[in-house]
Amino acid sequence: MISLCLILVPLAGALLAAAWREDRTRPLWLPIFGVIHAGLAAALFFNPPAVAAESWFGFDPLARAVLPAVSLLFLVCSAYAVPYLRLRAERPNRVFVALLLTVLGLLSAGHQARHLGLLWVATEAVTLAAVPLLHFNGTARAFEATWKYLLVGGTGIALSLLGSFCLGYASLHGGGRGDLTFAALTAQGAGLSRPWVLTAWVLLLVGYGTKMGLAPMHTWKPDAYGQAPGIVGALLAGGVTTVAFTAILRVRSVVGAAGEGPVADRTLLLLGLFSMGVAALFLLGTRDFKRMLAYSSVEHMGILGLGTALGGPGVAAALFHVWSNGLTKGVLFLSAGNLHRAAGEPTMDAARGMARLTPRSAAIFVAGMFAITALPPFAPFFSELQVVRAGLAAGHGLAVAAFLGCLLLAFLGLTRVVFGIVDGRPRPARVHHARRFRETAAVIAPPLVLLGLSLALGLFTPAILRESWLAAVRQLFPTP
Amino acid sequence: MNEGTLNLLVGLAMGLNLLALGSSRLPALIRTVAAQGVVLGVMPLLIEHETLDWRVAAVAVATIAGKGVVIPWLLRRAMRAANIEREIEPFVGYVPSLLLGAGGTIAAVGLARALPLLPAHSGSLLVPGAMASVLTGFLLLIGRVKAISQVCGYLILENGIYLFGLLLIHSTPLLVESGILLDVTVGVFVIGIIVDRIQRAFDSLDTRKLTTLRE
Repeated sequence: MISLCLILVPLAGALLAAAWREDRTRPLWLPIFGVIHAGLAAALFFNPPAVAAESWFGFDPLARAVLPAVSLLFLVCSAYAVPYLRLRAERPNRVFVALLLTVLGLLSAGHQARHLGLLWVATEAVTLAAVPLLHFNGTARAFEATWKYLLVGGTGIALSLLGSFCLGYASLHGGGRGDLTFAALTAQGAGLSRPWVLTAWVLLLVGYGTKMGLAPMHTWKPDAYGQAPGIVGALLAGGVTTVAFTAILRVRSVVGAAGEGPVADRTLLLLGLFSMGVAALFLLGTRDFKRMLAYSSVEHMGILGLGTALGGPGVAAALFHVWSNGLTKGVLFLSAGNLHRAAGEPTMDAARGMARLTPRSAAIFVAGMFAITALPPFAPFFSELQVVRAGLAAGHGLAVAAFLGCLLLAFLGLTRVVFGIVDGRPRPARVHHARRFRETAAVIAPPLVLLGLSLALGLFTPAILRESWLAAVRQLFPTP
Repeated sequence: MNEGTLNLLVGLAMGLNLLALGSSRLPALIRTVAAQGVVLGVMPLLIEHETLDWRVAAVAVATIAGKGVVIPWLLRRAMRAANIEREIEPFVGYVPSLLLGAGGTIAAVGLARALPLLPAHSGSLLVPGAMASVLTGFLLLIGRVKAISQVCGYLILENGIYLFGLLLIHSTPLLVESGILLDVTVGVFVIGIIVDRIQRAFDSLDTRKLTTLRE
């Protein structure tokens, strides 16, 4: 029941926000519903409900291992949205606020979907609901980015529907009823028709991989993240991508049950490493710090893919990484949003000497950059260390070496851009512009809180969190 | 039972794919996509079942209304607003795309043989039809530069998936079907809105102008 509220409460909030008359007070509904959602998610996290095996929806162990991270990220982002929308008072925010809450509701639906069809419906709906968020700025560039997002994302998501149908046909052909709940598909296991399972895996991996932003299906990401407001980037990178990731995890578990696990793992391993490599190379070239964050997100999606390919311990590490990446990306996107506002343009050519213009945001941005490049004791260091351990234990020495190489290249690329904008003397023409942006506590506290969470998660990972990741692994890889 | 008629319609849809690849004028392309939508909408009624299920009828009516009437109307409106009639310099020319489409259709028939089918579906053209349409959709998406032609490509791609979905029409629950239909419709609406905004922001629907964002 509470698990259904996780979906319905934000959707009701969206209706309320859409009906609310005042632009000035409307953003306040975001933190209000953020708190309610986080409260519900925490209640479910500490007292996980029993989920009937054949149910289509439910707060099952996998949802428990991931959804609270999204809820937490949304809560902090919603606190940031209030001062942000006040700064952008010139733009109407009715659609923006209502759709942010819609996205939260649909994300909760996607994470809890235990039916392949419903999962698709929720993911597609999130994709569409995010469209007006991307072109909030209303510039020609924003529409260009939105168009690419729609075409690439739409095609990807269409392929995942085809893949879902193929998996249904695999069940029919194997003598099943074509029931698309994950429980029924896993139970049919080896009875599924192998050629159809493989076809379905390829299509679903490409489809949900597009949504996740794995290379080479990542091309929408730099444009979309580059043009969207920072808060939207944070939610896309930490929330929407995780729905696609849990979708891949659930499908991977069905493919494993059908006896094609090794094939699935090989493809995930290659795609993960390829994403990391592509992202690292583009990080060395980009001059735009918001596009840089997009490439960094591609890299971390690659890490998730790689972790998933390494069996049980790898999946647990990947789930840990979902938390550490989501929270740390939040730090970067929100502080980058501040820098963007102050500098006017998110490029290295326009933004220089930000340490003098916006010292606090610049400091948080640099700290966030070190956190995401796995400086101990921030959480990404520990989750990536777990991926390395899982890789070595599974005997993938070469893959681990490539992984570390990509991390090093990405570190070089990130530091190049970050210090390029933080260091140096500000351009005189920009100083005046930057003066208009004041670093109030309201825009500094949210990224700082996320940074604190990332640090805390690394220093003392709560035992209950670790336990929830292991429970999710047990759900995905049931030992016979 | 009605397999002959059904195959005839799938064949018709595959022919419309080729027509879409060969047409340079946008009104003709939109008409082709609309006709394909109507052909697809009739299909669920022909798939054998004991009595005419109201759910199947609902899917048929919604498909004909959406793919055959509403979406083409939206596209025609966008086309008139943008004042463009034809695709002048496609990335992939009409003859090459027709040849690729024809080759793809043949390959789809061959590939469908390689996949195991249930005895009930072994004589059906649904699987090759689906693959050929997906391929046609991709060709249009990649090979055309006008946003409206790309949307038509996306629609044909989705039609291909719909054809495949017909194999499962009895096993997918109504809730999921209607959710999928709703999402697809909303999706095209959203695309329509963005096409309109791009037209206003760039004063053109030529996607070659959408190249400011790059490394």
